[in-house]
Amino acid sequence: MAYPSNYRYTKEHEWIDVQGNTGTIGITDYAQHELGDVVFVELPKIGTKLTAGKPLGTVESVKAVSEIYSPANGEVTAINDALGDSPEKINTDPHGAAWLVKVKLANPAEISSLMDAAAYQKYVEAKDKKAHA
Amino acid sequence: MTLPETELRKTALNSLHRRMGAKMVDFGGWDMPVEYPATGGLITEHMAVRTGVGVFDVSHMGDITIDSTEPGGALAAVQHISMNDAAKLAIGQAHYSALLYPQGTFVDDVIVHHMGDENYLLVINAGTREKDFGWVRDNVKGFKCVAKDVGDNYTQLAIQGPRAVEVMEKLTDANLSVVKNYWFTHGTVCGLPNILIARTGYTGEDGFEIYVPPDAKTSEMVWARVFEAGKEFGILPCGLGARNTLRLESKMALYGHEISDTINVWEACLDRYAKMEKGDFVGRASLEHAKASGIKRVLVGLEMVDRGIARDGYKVFNTKDHAIGYVTSGSPAPFLKKNIALAYVPPEHSEIGSTVLIEVRTQKLKAQVVPTPFYKRPKK
Repeated sequence: MAYPSNYRYTKEHEWIDVQGNTGTIGITDYAQHELGDVVFVELPKIGTKLTAGKPLGTVESVKAVSEIYSPANGEVTAINDALGDSPEKINTDPHGAAWLVKVKLANPAEISSLMDAAAYQKYVEAKDKKAHA
Repeated sequence: MTLPETELRKTALNSLHRRMGAKMVDFGGWDMPVEYPATGGLITEHMAVRTGVGVFDVSHMGDITIDSTEPGGALAAVQHISMNDAAKLAIGQAHYSALLYPQGTFVDDVIVHHMGDENYLLVINAGTREKDFGWVRDNVKGFKCVAKDVGDNYTQLAIQGPRAVEVMEKLTDANLSVVKNYWFTHGTVCGLPNILIARTGYTGEDGFEIYVPPDAKTSEMVWARVFEAGKEFGILPCGLGARNTLRLESKMALYGHEISDTINVWEACLDRYAKMEKGDFVGRASLEHAKASGIKRVLVGLEMVDRGIARDGYKVFNTKDHAIGYVTSGSPAPFLKKNIALAYVPPEHSEIGSTVLIEVRTQKLKAQVVPTPFYKRPKK
């Protein structure tokens, strides 16, 4: 699955799509593949203040619980309720329909410190190489 | 220090698993497949075993033989080191048992196979192989027998599910209709002579475990033939992830979770396999004492009432918010489509229908004590 070129990416495998002051956050295809079948998602309430690098929620596969870290500072303005009943969407459409939260960004410019698609692609390829050495 | 990955032990099928794109994990020092994403992954594998057939590479399991040249020597040793009554085993029969410390806690759980007059085979866990063998060797010293670690002598495949028997029938000349649950036979399998075929497993389904020569070429040949034979039944390769969820639905113990060196037989509710009347065995005196002084905690089955998943190690509370125990294994149950767990709690909280709370991160979520096993296979 290709990584959208207009998104930015974290080392912990979250993506953020910034439009004006609003950021949409999700987890990457690499992350969903590493997790396996996603069965449960826990998201913050609307109004929650998020801090870059701090947990914003959890995603659970059959095997394990993983924390999702916020790629940016801001306040939650929307959550993807559909994931409550269909968490498996994270496996099938991680970069689209399975977005997690929308955030009003404190400082949209800080996103530029995150990886772009090409850098993230390189980053996960290096990880894969290491894992399968 | 970090050990390089090459230090992990590998089964003969390791490179095949990797070629199939399996996700690999370190399991008790072994590099093992946890799931095969390319053929659907954990949930699909679990469902295949419940409704069709799946195959597990379980070559990491350990094997110990106990042989004697003296009549009764091997049986006496097995009776001394394991809690079930091996005198009841006919040749060709196996049973679930456990090796205990003098304290009545678990060295490991085992399947004891009665191979011949003076021959027994113990199949043990992967993560405890060295510890188990050392313990067996030390504890049979007073007996006229020889204990051997033969764990590297086999590639062990578990073919599990309601269609497993049809797959096996295509691959062997042995008459499987006379091999009942927990019995075994020997026969030609995939052209290989005298292969041990046991009707055992760790999934709660009908199925077989076969023990074939451990070289990569033979192992891969057998694996390929099994998949060819199972194609019409939708056979799938299955990893340790599905193995865990299948055994949990069936309430089968996992060493380090439901049983350990600090948990005794009564607590683990495995006393039906401890034959106190058979005579002395290691751990028996402590078990008698433990029963007389009262059982402080017992293993119960829990089903989540609130939305959330209990995980291994999570704390259990009573409804008055006092900590009362902990979860030994917790997971979504793919076939039952519920979130289930096993936990140790005091006996007063073990009644079916009791409500307890499980601490899941920052919340305490309701769960209910339910009958176990959570899943029981339909009678044919």
